[in-house]
Amino acid sequence: MAADKVDPIHQFNIVKLIPINIGGYDLSFTNSALFMVATVAVASAFLYLTTSSRSLVPTRLQSVAEMAYEFVGNMLRDAAGTQGMKFFPFVFSLFMFVLVANLLGLFPYFFTVTSHIIVTFGLAALVIGTVVVYGFMKHGLGFLKLFVPHGVPIYLLPLVVLIEVISFVSRPVSLSVRLFANMLAGHITLKVFSGFVVSLSALGTLGIAGSVLPLAMAVALTALELLVAFLQAYVFAVLTCMYLNDALHPGH
Amino acid sequence: MFVTSAFAQESAPAVEGGHAGTEGETHSGTGVPAEAHGMFPPFDPATFPSQLLWLAITFGLFYLFLKKVVMPRVGGIIDVRNDRITQDLDHAARLKGEADAAVAAYEQELAEAKTKANAIGQQANDAAKAEAEAARKKVEAALDQKLGEAEARISSIKANAMKEVGTIAEDTASAIVEALVGGKASKAEIAAAVKSVAR
Repeated sequence: MAADKVDPIHQFNIVKLIPINIGGYDLSFTNSALFMVATVAVASAFLYLTTSSRSLVPTRLQSVAEMAYEFVGNMLRDAAGTQGMKFFPFVFSLFMFVLVANLLGLFPYFFTVTSHIIVTFGLAALVIGTVVVYGFMKHGLGFLKLFVPHGVPIYLLPLVVLIEVISFVSRPVSLSVRLFANMLAGHITLKVFSGFVVSLSALGTLGIAGSVLPLAMAVALTALELLVAFLQAYVFAVLTCMYLNDALHPGH
Repeated sequence: MFVTSAFAQESAPAVEGGHAGTEGETHSGTGVPAEAHGMFPPFDPATFPSQLLWLAITFGLFYLFLKKVVMPRVGGIIDVRNDRITQDLDHAARLKGEADAAVAAYEQELAEAKTKANAIGQQANDAAKAEAEAARKKVEAALDQKLGEAEARISSIKANAMKEVGTIAEDTASAIVEALVGGKASKAEIAAAVKSVAR
């Protein structure tokens, strides 16, 4: 059973809590869904409760909420200009959702929503879908100028357009895989080192002494994962802003 | 595989084979690992519909909540604060302007008072000078007058004295002549002699 305890993949298992099956599709309320609900609840409650006093001079927590708001707002304004501010709620929800999901995943025994590729891909597809739909709505076929950069010699154009199309198509993949892989790898590494601690301690006094090393490693990795949790949420939001900028100004 | 066997131990009567599509039905109990495929869980397509559905529900609600409630509130707080700061800065700038104006007015008044004081001083000085000059002139005039009078008196005294010198000389000469010669010289002769000697 020790092998089961240290199995680093076990943490990613989906467990059905309330089985639901509609039209042949398994739509059960799982531990993943539970933590999505938890993520949304924690993020909403934090933003709602910390700002409820509407103080002119903010409390610490209120200033954290305001900082998150202004951080994302500035990020979007820098990348996509004032026109991009219509997507502010979208980018802010994405950032907060990913950030809180990543942070919640750091707690032991908690499920990490963003360690499942279908979740990150769902978010990335939402971003690219928004870009494509808005781009065509705003510019019509002019949106296709996105694939034709200015000042390229005519004989190079087919090649450049091909490269641009490939890069555009790979965006949802890279956006989702980056977040997913970071969270997955980090949690597996954490689990492996924590597993060493457990296995070594089972070997007696010498083992307990030896387990200090992987324990220190696990602590350091936790700090690193905290950084990664912030960083990946930031990267996800920044890339979203840049892609939205393409939808707003396809001609570059 | 490794994962599968671990699962098999946990959920005791797990069906090893033939659970490709009918997964949901076979494990309907709560808390039972549903996907005991020999598959890396994040890549198990059987979990995709459920995760996507719940992601859509939770993220959709989250988006609506942020858009309708949280963001207007936070934006409002920040706007109010910025307005307040601008207002305060304006107020401060206005007060500063007032203070500057007051200082300028004060300095102008001070300069005016200085020039006025200078003018008054000058005036007083001039008046005093004129007065002193007038007094001096009056004194000088009085002195001049006295001097003239004195000189006139001296000259009249001198003239009288000179007039009497002839008579005295004549008297003296007649007395000398009488004493030396013993005779009397006529008055006319003596006067002529005195006159010729005085010349």
